[in-house]
Amino acid sequence: MAAVTADQKTQSTSGTAKATGTVAGTAGDPADAARLAAFDAAVAADDRIEPRDWMPEAYRATLVRQMAQHAHSEIIGMQPEANWITRAPSLRRKAILMAKVQDEAGHGLYLYSAAETLGTSREELLDKLHAGRQRYSSIFNYPTLTWADVGAIGWLVDGAAITNQVPLCRCSYGPYARAMVRICKEESFHQRQGYELLLALSRGTEAQHAMAQDAVDRWWWPSLMMFGPPDDASSHSEQSMAWKIKRHSNDELRQRFVDICVPQAEALGLTLPDSDIRWNEERGQHDFGAIDWTEFQEVLKGNGPCNEQRITQRRKAHEEGAWVRDAAAAYAAKHTTPPVQQTQHAQQAPHVEETA
Amino acid sequence: MSAALALGDDALVLSHRLGEWAGHAPVLEEDVALANIALDLLGQARVLLSLVGDEDELAYLREERAFRNLQLVEQPNGDFAHTIARQLYFSVYQHLLYERLAAGGGEFADLAAKAVKEVAYHRDHAEQWVLRLGDGTAESHQRMQAGLEALWRFTGEMFQPVEGLDDTGSGLDRQELERTWLAAVTGTVERATLTLPTGPRAGAWAAGAGRQGLHTEPFGRMLAEMQHLHRSHPGASW
Repeated sequence: MAAVTADQKTQSTSGTAKATGTVAGTAGDPADAARLAAFDAAVAADDRIEPRDWMPEAYRATLVRQMAQHAHSEIIGMQPEANWITRAPSLRRKAILMAKVQDEAGHGLYLYSAAETLGTSREELLDKLHAGRQRYSSIFNYPTLTWADVGAIGWLVDGAAITNQVPLCRCSYGPYARAMVRICKEESFHQRQGYELLLALSRGTEAQHAMAQDAVDRWWWPSLMMFGPPDDASSHSEQSMAWKIKRHSNDELRQRFVDICVPQAEALGLTLPDSDIRWNEERGQHDFGAIDWTEFQEVLKGNGPCNEQRITQRRKAHEEGAWVRDAAAAYAAKHTTPPVQQTQHAQQAPHVEETA
Repeated sequence: MSAALALGDDALVLSHRLGEWAGHAPVLEEDVALANIALDLLGQARVLLSLVGDEDELAYLREERAFRNLQLVEQPNGDFAHTIARQLYFSVYQHLLYERLAAGGGEFADLAAKAVKEVAYHRDHAEQWVLRLGDGTAESHQRMQAGLEALWRFTGEMFQPVEGLDDTGSGLDRQELERTWLAAVTGTVERATLTLPTGPRAGAWAAGAGRQGLHTEPFGRMLAEMQHLHRSHPGASW
């Protein structure tokens, strides 16, 4: 299997789920044409594409990029929440938050493993993240300024992620779809916990209620941006939808999310910071205000409030951990005898097997 | 009751320190493992503190002098080797202690019987890393040795009697516990090609200081961070 080098900087927007395909290009080889026809037929029949199946290079590259971005989002996404672990205001909330951050590391691991089935490696993908050659979700470039932000992330950010990710459970690439089934279960749990955290604040003291409202005010619009640019500006979506990596357009999913959140905000006793939100009887959906795409583009370009901080911390953890990884590798090399040599050792000196 | 406080504070404080690692570990697997251990310890702390009173009041509204944890567990994380040295010393001790409490049939027997399964995993994790770092590269060997040396002086306190634990029917023999601990730690350290530290095993004050509410300087700052939000909203529930 050819190693994938999906180095091109993507215009993709939300690492959490957004796909941007490159246009499928196949050379004139007739064998390739036959394989492409088989691939297209499999996709059309809603069959799953598996790691050993032939696939267009552009499909492979798009998936590697999207899955890597998704994995990176999980691990960068640990930072804004881990920021509050040491300050969580009750032991119960602290336990919930630690479990959540642990789950995110686990999701990162699933997704790197799934991406590795396409011929890349976790090391390679992490190197690209650290070098700024692959992205993570723009949402994690916003700071967690109060405890209520932990709740807002659970409710809105995880809520948006789930809206994006549930359709990915039916994605045409088998390993990705299966990873998403596991991840979505845990994410739904986190989302309910975030909602419940905000509810406790909203019904708490005046200061707690104000803290919750402020957090929702700051996280609402960035959460809507997680669905990516509007459909008329999302040039690569079409290919991803044709490949059944994506199942719905950005705007469709964004609308679905708004429709879910409006009644939830009411139940929370909090308002959404958009005076244009109102029920549209004709459409059977909520109208809502215009997103500030300039801000979105700035965050994508690296000019968000925490871009520098997030990637610096990530690189620092990796660099400062290098000696630990080197130690583990050196130990493994010393204590794992290759099978052939092991036989020779056993013949020469059976007593050296102490490390087996 | 002070025994539950002592054991609960050990778990609470070490859990907090491990929580500081979240998102900073050398590999993702360690982000998972350290958070997992921190969660286990927090779970133990909550059960133990609830035996004494309200877990949040005890965690968030006591001042430094009222905490009864070992000085060992409040030590800053340092590098990964320091964290692992702290884990080795504490988890071997906690494993042996809980095994004995579980078998002793005293007040903490049920709780210890449940926790001992978790702690066996913590101990294995620490021992495996001591082997890898000690017998890894020259740098990791040197760092692991430094971690063991730096924390050695805090280990004597673990073998001081705790009121309400050693004087009841727990059947605990601290001298036997210490001998067994020393043999286990020595075994791991030697397998890891490291040297057992030789300095005194007493803290900044004297053995037993943490149990008397006498802590080291970093502990106050740790509590300031841990308690700040809770204390800023008196009477609020979360």
